[in-house]
Order: sequence, then structure tokens, then C-alpha cells
Amino acid sequence: MMTKHEALDLAKAKIVGGVATDQKHDSAHKHVTGEAIYIDDMPEPAGTLHACLGLSEVAHGKITGMDLSRVRAASGVVAVLTAEDVPGVNDISPTGLHDEPILASGKVQFFGQPVFAVIAETREAARRACRLARVTYAEEPAVIDIADAGPSGTLVTAPLTLSRGEAVKAIAAAPRRIKGQMRVGGQDHFYLEGQIAFALPGEDRDVTVYSSTQHPSEVQHMVAHALGVASHAVTVEVRRMGGGFGGKETQSNQFAAIAAIAAKRLNRPVKLRPDRDDDMTATGKRHDFLIDYEVGFDDDGAILGVDFTYAARCGFSADLSGPVTDRALFHCDNAYFYPHVRAVSAPLYTNTVSNTAFRGFGGPQGMVGAERIIDEVAFALGRDPLDIRKKNFYGTDTRNLTPYHQTVEDNVVERVVSELEASAAYAERRRAIDAFNANSPIVKRGLALTPVKFGISFTATHFNQAGALVHVYTDGSVHLNHGGTEMGQGLYVKVAQVVAEEFQIDIDQVKITATTTGKVPNTSATAASSGSDLNGMAAQNATRQIKARLVDFAAGHFEVPKDQILFLPGRVRAGNQEIPFAELIGKAYMARVQLSAAGFYKTPKIHWDRDKGRGRPFYYFAYGASCAEVSVDTLTGEYMVERVDILHETGRSLNRAIDIGQIEGGFVQGMGWLTTEELVWDGKGRLATHAPSTYKIPLASDRPKIFNVTLADWAENAEPTVNRSKAVGEPPLMLGMSVLHALSDAVASVAGHRVCPRLDAPATPERVLMAVERMRAGAGA
Amino acid sequence: MKSRNEIRFLLNGESLALGEVRPDETLLDLLRIRRRLIGTKEGCAEGDCGACTVLIGRLRGGELVYESVNACIRFVGSLDGCHVVTVEHLKRTDGTLHPVQQALVDHHGSQCGFCTPGFVMSLYALWMRVPQPSDQAIEKALQGNLCRCTGYEPIVRAARAISSYGEASDDPLAAECAAVIAALTAMRDGARVEIGSGGERLVVPASVDDLAAVLEAEPKATIVAGATDVGLWVTKFMRSISPVVFIGALDELQAVNAENGVISIGAGVSYTEAFALLSARIPQLGALIDRIGGEQVRNMGTIGGNIANGSPIGDMPPPLIALGATLTLRKGTARRTIPLETFFIDYGKQDRAAGEFVEAVHVPVPRPSECFAVWKISKRRDEDITAVLGAFNIAVADGVVTHARIAYGGMAATPKRARTVEAALIDRPWTYETVEAALAAFETDFKPISDARATAGYRMLAAKNLLRRFFLEGVEGHVPLQVSRYEAA
Repeated sequence: MMTKHEALDLAKAKIVGGVATDQKHDSAHKHVTGEAIYIDDMPEPAGTLHACLGLSEVAHGKITGMDLSRVRAASGVVAVLTAEDVPGVNDISPTGLHDEPILASGKVQFFGQPVFAVIAETREAARRACRLARVTYAEEPAVIDIADAGPSGTLVTAPLTLSRGEAVKAIAAAPRRIKGQMRVGGQDHFYLEGQIAFALPGEDRDVTVYSSTQHPSEVQHMVAHALGVASHAVTVEVRRMGGGFGGKETQSNQFAAIAAIAAKRLNRPVKLRPDRDDDMTATGKRHDFLIDYEVGFDDDGAILGVDFTYAARCGFSADLSGPVTDRALFHCDNAYFYPHVRAVSAPLYTNTVSNTAFRGFGGPQGMVGAERIIDEVAFALGRDPLDIRKKNFYGTDTRNLTPYHQTVEDNVVERVVSELEASAAYAERRRAIDAFNANSPIVKRGLALTPVKFGISFTATHFNQAGALVHVYTDGSVHLNHGGTEMGQGLYVKVAQVVAEEFQIDIDQVKITATTTGKVPNTSATAASSGSDLNGMAAQNATRQIKARLVDFAAGHFEVPKDQILFLPGRVRAGNQEIPFAELIGKAYMARVQLSAAGFYKTPKIHWDRDKGRGRPFYYFAYGASCAEVSVDTLTGEYMVERVDILHETGRSLNRAIDIGQIEGGFVQGMGWLTTEELVWDGKGRLATHAPSTYKIPLASDRPKIFNVTLADWAENAEPTVNRSKAVGEPPLMLGMSVLHALSDAVASVAGHRVCPRLDAPATPERVLMAVERMRAGAGA
Repeated sequence: MKSRNEIRFLLNGESLALGEVRPDETLLDLLRIRRRLIGTKEGCAEGDCGACTVLIGRLRGGELVYESVNACIRFVGSLDGCHVVTVEHLKRTDGTLHPVQQALVDHHGSQCGFCTPGFVMSLYALWMRVPQPSDQAIEKALQGNLCRCTGYEPIVRAARAISSYGEASDDPLAAECAAVIAALTAMRDGARVEIGSGGERLVVPASVDDLAAVLEAEPKATIVAGATDVGLWVTKFMRSISPVVFIGALDELQAVNAENGVISIGAGVSYTEAFALLSARIPQLGALIDRIGGEQVRNMGTIGGNIANGSPIGDMPPPLIALGATLTLRKGTARRTIPLETFFIDYGKQDRAAGEFVEAVHVPVPRPSECFAVWKISKRRDEDITAVLGAFNIAVADGVVTHARIAYGGMAATPKRARTVEAALIDRPWTYETVEAALAAFETDFKPISDARATAGYRMLAAKNLLRRFFLEGVEGHVPLQVSRYEAA
């Protein structure tokens, strides 16, 4: 793959796999043959040991006794580790709050918290031995639910207030007011490849950890702290993950730290791969929220003021709950201008697993609150919710200030929505559905068109930086490395396209290599949809450094002005002559030109003052809209997604095929979050839905019967991003809201669309039926 | 009686004879750990996600039939005489991809790729059987495969296109067919297989008579047919299942036939094998089976096992009870046949003596006078465990209910008849008023619980509403009474 000795094609018009081409995923061929290597597939060196975690069996309490003698005596067991065996700092809190032990020390704070680790000759021996432990607890009262915590509950991190204008006054003065509450559930990532870490001890204090992580640099730092060694002793590498979705942003730390501690202590390779049940029990999820809202509006549906409180179940530690709940507030407007607004977050401590990043990072929960308000206003006025949406969209020159005082400069929501409204034949179908419902007493249809406006950038400004490392070998083949990680989203191929485009070489000349802290240091998580924006630019920067040196060299060598050196497909033109790229590289090497470069990029323009609630946290916004039609059985609450039409914009797309895949997949994942994916904790605080038998992500037969996904072909980023493209990882998830609102619309039809169904999420058949019953009873809430 | 101490089967192109097999050793561990065939993945270890999907080829009536199964809960001890095909077997030696693989590549059907080998194998099994599948057939074949990245759309697009990438007759397994049949036939030596002793013992009986003898000698043995439940005892709970007796390959338990209006199903018959006859004679059961597990689970799991394990949320017992099915049990040479409903005594307790085993279930086909329906309600439509399942078998003559057998799953500690509801209907006019008046009787018959699948309140309301639906089906056939994914066949 790397090296090709083709005859020089001086007429070659175009390279294979440049930007804006539908290049296949770089590993597609290996995926389908089973040859793609995930961490559990790597050959195990002789002497490899396997770890299993012993999890707490109460939600909150002091550890009064830990009898691990039977565990130690079990067949195949080599060592048992507890908090006392952590040589460095027993903490992996990503924010430095020191609130998240690697192994519980003295007390446990949720059911399923890792208390000890068994290291054995086989994974099965470790799993079996784990169950022999006798740990006793003095149980203490546990706060499981948001409602248990109450409005004055303990917070895990400082809350945020966003405020513009006089929300309370504006609402009080409004002709109409509605106050309500909404519950929106959490979500398990259900990456198909579970968490895994494989640690290999090296000489001195060194250790190499293969970790299925979106954030190798953080794993490196956490492992270093846990071992009490410098970061330079720890190398973390990941070629690919079997899905991440935010669940491997911080949640990989614990597994990596334990594997590394065991590996260094025993001087043998140690692999830690929890089973699915332990993975789901012991790792954080999307935050569920209780949203209190009040909206003031006029008789025409114009929103005059809103007041939100977003209370989140954060679990026992802060983890990323601060930025997640912040982002919920950043999206409490979705695409709507609020003349007066106040939004407050309440990141609540609970005795549950510490919730974490998940695609959208609080943004989806924020938007769901905005869309509920639209429904409230629409049903109160007996208007189509789409009319209310359109009436309240951000403007372009006026009405364009967000609750965090950033001006929306790139607003295209009206265009996206109006084009989708036409292409999905919204008005016609609205009439057809009304006619259908009039004659169908049991099955009701519903329709909704919801927009998405999603802010792109890490809200912690310093994370918006990236590095890349590009080598050109003497045969003209290229080695590409950068700080981004591949979890299926196609980042590696997109960045390789950028490099191929810059050098004007076919993409198979660019070798994509595993992300490792040894090549690019101090990277940010591959998160916030930022992967290709940041790493694409960093790789472009590295490539341009090398190109600049090649231009200097060629100008001298061929004795032509620099502006006559052109990189053409597969070749370089110097004045009147053209030579293959590889030949130029060979000559440059002989002339001692440096053919390697470290690239760097930092996002311009952004700044954020959290204390003041003001700034420009987002470089730009990504827009899309979705129109969903559902049918609902009002006897059982069962439903079917009949049709979905999506129009989404990804700027000038680097790779339309990859982007459409992100949109289709993101939509279905968002739909799952809001429909069948229900997390249930029992009375003891134990997660009852800890495997796919009880936790139901969408199947092929759940996707819309008719599913039309279109990219806005006119779109381009207003900011100078790589190729003027836009981020695509997270925004499409929120297109799934259209299904929740179509369900709400179908339920509302039972009461003549005059009462807001207040359908909470996930809208399981049970919640849908109970909402129908409320409509029938006329209670309305 | 001949016996031997090794399990013999084909793995891709290789013939294996394993003398060391633990009774609870899974095929997935054999593949990944012992053989380092790492293309087959573990996603859940409970037969739900399909990342471990492989094909199992078996001789059936002289024909070689390949089916998708979950390697994570398939025991090695049950593979005697089978051909195991993994994803590694598909690519040609010259590097050319199989049509299924190439279609997935070209349609961008993989993102993270971890589920992909499982999808390849499920689609491969479908394509062998149905080269030009309908969307319904594709979705059915993929019910047991979870993908978290793609939203499935590109995978379904690929599935529609597979046949444009190659002919089924060019398939590598088609080319090997004669050789595989010969090899598998040679393995069928009529011997009992016994491996290990004490706490590490497995037996594959040579015949049903041999099974009866084995169970008489070892009455506490775990009987395993499809392993779709027992597999989880091992992978999830690490329970010891030794001594274990694998009955899935016994020809005499594979019979399914209809005689005199009664369909008899041997205890070893999988859902897939029963499907053709059951769905032809009792279409409502075909529609129900389509929503039990995924394709892999239906290929492994048996109706006999669904009954024998006594789960309160097994999907087959309520409709079979409503139809008046009977169950034949055997101990030694003695057989007895009982009404199916009496088999379920209490939670975890069935009318099965030590050493006794389920041999067959007999299902009367509804008479023309009887109206039969069964509906399953679950959080997710397909491959989900039942929240509430209602089965109705009601006859009306001259406007009056003459016969009513109603049974529910998910409403009690066992599959259970709604006898008070039945009594409130029988001999009364079949009217809206009668149905509404009968609803209160549900409170007498059932005290459902709340769990992760549904609350007690929802279960009760949905159970009542299913009776309403049953009534409306008879009077308002012109409007839709249910949501549906597929146009009526």
C-alpha cells in the first residue's frame, strides 16, 4: 500500500483521495475481513495476565471489612490490588478536583464502584475469583435520583448562570405564561468494543499502555500520576476504537491506570477488559436532566422571555459534569432568539456512576428543553409547532445575540428549514395526517420538523489546539500521525485526504498510523466534533512546512523562481519541467532537506469568561433540520417511525460519504436516546439495564421506513476551516429530536392539539401510552 | 454402545478432534483464545449484539444447511458433526473480497468496524438462502446484530446490492459443499461422546434412548438444546453446568409434523426449523416467532427449551396454552403427556421430575370457529424481552362467546391463563359492553410487577387493551388497529 512504483503519468488530472472526494473509510477492507486489529486482538506476549474489577455492592457507605483471602487463594490468581497498592496518587479526576479514586478507599459512593482488582493467569480465572470476595459495608443513605437530591442538593462542581436581559420581568409582563418540568433520560454509549487497556512494562519506570481511548494524552497523565512517575515514562497508543461516542474520553483512565499499576508491580503484561455488564455498571453515561422552565410569550407565539433550570444527575464525582452542564445551557436556545433569558445549571451529586461525555455533551439535553418550550407555546395557542419555531428563529442582522452574548454570524437555519419544509412536503403531509387521524380512532399519526444549531469548539478554550507529525520517506511515501483518534468517525481518512491534497499524491501513498503520545504530545481529546477541524489543520500545517522546504530546494535546484514550483497530481512542475513527486523527494534528501515536520493549529477568535457568562465560546455553528413522521398505537403506546427527511450542512464537505454516515448514524443514535434507550436503577441504586438484553439501542428495523438524508450542497463555512468544511460528529445526533416531537404531535392529536402532551424522554411505548391516557383524561399533565 | 472422548467438527478448512473440552467452553473462547481467529468479536457475551456471529453448517436430511449463530453462547460440546465457518473463511486466497464484504465496503457499511464481521456473517447466511432479499428479509436477518455507528442505512443498502457482486454458485462454501458433506457424514459414527468427569463433564448422547439412560444415571445433569438461556448461566453468572448433556443434535428430537389438526414439535426443534410449518398453519405464531430474539437466537433456541426453562416471560407458552397445547415428558422409557399450562407450577418450578426431559409439544391448530391472536409488547419492537404478551383463542357462535382461552406472559410468576377474564366472557354476547365489563377481572387474575421493562401499571393497562384490540379486530377491520413496519404480506 505504502509504496507504488508507477510509470510517471504526466497527464494525470487528479489525485485519488484528495479533499472533497467520497473516499472510503481507510479500514473498511480490514473491517469486513476481520483483519482490523482492536486491542483485544493484539497478540499477547508470553506471561500476559488478565485483570478483573471487584465492584461495590452498595450505593453509599463505609467499607468496614474487606476479606480477600479466598480471592487470593483462588486458582490462577497472581495478585489482588486495592487502593493501598496504588503507588502514586489514587485519583483520576480529569478536572483535578481529586474526587475520583482509581479504587475505592474507605468508602464507596455508587453501586458498582471498583473496590479491588484481581490479576490472574486467565481472564476467566480473574472473573471467577472476583466473586469470592467478602466486602462489608456500613451503608449510608444514598441519593439516587435527581428528585431525591432536590433543588438544594449537593453539587459536584460550580454551576453556571447565563443571563441576558430581564427574564423574570419579561415573563411576568408577558400576555401568556407557562411553567413546566421535563425529564430527559440518560444514555449508555454502548460502543460495541467495550473498555480495554493492555499495559506492557518497559525498562526503568517505563510502561506502554494500549488503551481504547479518545484521549491518549489524558490516559498518559493519569497513568503517570497513578504510578508516581513522570509523563515521559508513559506511552499510550491506540490505532482504533470500536466506537467511543464520548464514553472513552475520560472513562478509559481507570482501566488504563489499573492495568499499568499491575503491569509495573508484577513486571508482566496485564490486560483489563471488563465484561459488558461491568462496563455498563462502572462507567459513566449521558447525564439525565430534570428541566424546569417558564416561558412568557404573546398571542402570536413570539417568545418574550424564558427561565430555565437544568438539574443534572452527575453521579458521585465531577468528571466532565461542569462542561457538560455548561453546554446544556449553551444550547438552551437551540436555534431560537430569546429577548430575555436566564438559564441556570445544577450539577447534582448523586450516588450513581459519574456521568460523562456523550456525543453532544449536554447540548442535546439543552436543546430538548428549548423544543419543549416551543411545543408548550404551540399547543397553548393551537398552532402548528413549526410556525412557532419559524417565528422565533435567530435573525441574521438583528435578534442574533445568544444567551452567552455571542453574536450568531453564520445563521442559515431559515434556509435549511424552508428547504426541508418544501422537500419533505410538510404542509401537504400535515393535511394528510389530519385527515388520516380524523378517521383512525386507534392509530394516530404525528409529524414534526425540528432544527439544530450546534456550537463548534471546546468551551474550555485551551483544548482548541492540535498537533501532527508528517514524515516523507525517500521513496516519496508519507507517514502521517496526529493527535486525533479514530473511533469509526473517519477522522483518519479525512486527515489523510488533507495531506494527499496538499502534496498532490494519491491517498494510498499516505500511511495512516496509530495515535500515540510518543509522536504528538499534549493532545486534546478527540471530542467536541473538533477532530478534523483541529487535526486536519495541524496536518495541513506540517505538510505545508515540508512543501515550503521543497519549494526552496526545487527553486534552487531547477533555477526557477519559487512561484513556478507547482505541486500537480503525482508530480511537481518546476518551470518547464515536471518530475514525479518521489523523484523530487529523492533529490531533496540528497541535498539534505528536512523531510519531516511537526504541525500545529489553534482555533482563532474564541474566548470565554465563565464567571461573567460572556464571550465567544464557539468558532462557528453547524446547522441542520429533520422532519419525522410517526404512527402511534393509542392502545399500547407502540409506535413506528414512518419517514424521516434530513437536510444538514457540513460546510464544504471533506468527504460527503463519511459525513452522510455520521448524519445517518447520529440521527439513529439520537432517536434511540429519546425513544427506547431507558436506563433504570432499582431501589438499591443498582443499574438494572446493564446489557443489551435490557438496554435497547435501535436495530435495523427501528430506523425510519423511509429515510432521506441530504447535505446542503450550497453550504460553506464562514470561517477559514480546513477546506471550509464543518464539524459533523455531534450535530446530527440532535436531529433525533424530530422523532420525540412527532410522537408528541401524535399524542396531542388525541386532545385536538390543544394540550401539550409533556411527553418526557425516553418516550418508550409505556411513556407514550401514559401520555395518551393523560390526554384522554383531560388532565393534560 | 459406542462411545468416544472427543468432539469432532470442521473449523473453516480444518478438521478438528478435541479431546480436551470443558463442559462450559464457548465457541467464541475457542476461536479467539485457542485458535486466535480474532475476526469474531465479543460484544456482549449474551447473544444480543451479534458481534460474534459465525455460521454453523449441519447435515439435515442429507442436505448441508448453514445458519448464523452466536459463538459467545454456543458451547463447543454441542459442535460435534458441525462445520464452523468464521469471517476468516470468506476472503479468497488472492485477496479478493467475498461479495458480501465488497458490498459493505462500497456502501460505506462500516464505521468503527467492530460489529462488521458479525454483520458480514449474518448477511452471508441470508444471501446463501435468499440472494435477492426483500427489506423485510434483510431486517429480519439483522435483528440479532447491533451497530452503534451507522444507523444501519448503509448496511441495508449493501445487503440489497450483494447479488450484483457475485453469484451464490461462486461462493467458496458452495465449492466445498461435497467435501464438507462427506467429512460431516464420516463424523456421524453413532457414538456417545463423553469428555471429562466429576465437575467437568459433558455428554453428547447417541440417541434419545441414550439420553433417557444418561439422565436416569445423572438426574441432576443440565440439559442443553440451543443454549440461548444456559449460555448466559455460564457467561453472565459463571454457574457450573456440569454434568451437561447436549441434545441439540439428536435427530429424533428434530421432528416437526402436522397430523389430525395437531402440530407436534420435537424438543430439539429450533424456532427457525419450526417456522415454516407453524407459520403456514398458524400464521399468528409465525409473526410472533419473527419477534423472538434475533436470527442467531432463533437458529439455536428451541421451542422445547423455551417451555422447559419455565420463564415467566418466555414467548411461546402463552399462545400455546391458549391453543390448548400438551407436553410430552419422558423419564427412562416412561412417557406422560400433560396440558402445557399445568407444567408451570410457580416461579422457577415446573412439573418435571429429576431425570425427566421434555420430548415434544403438541399444538392443536385452531378450528375454523376459533379466532386466535397473539401480541407481544416490548420496549423495542424486535429482539427484546417481553413486557406483556397476550394470547387469545375465542369462539363466538350466534353472537355469544362459546369458548375462551386467554393466556398472558409477563403478568405473573409463570405464563398464566386469565381464567376470571375468560369466565367473564363465556356465555355472554360478544359485544363492546361485555369486553369492557370483563376488564375488571384482570385485577383478579394478575398482580404484575414493575421492573426494568415496564411498570405494573403499564402492564395491567396494556394487558387490558390487548383484549380491546382483539375485540376491535372483529368489528373495525377497515381501520388500522396496530402500527406496522411491513405491508401485509
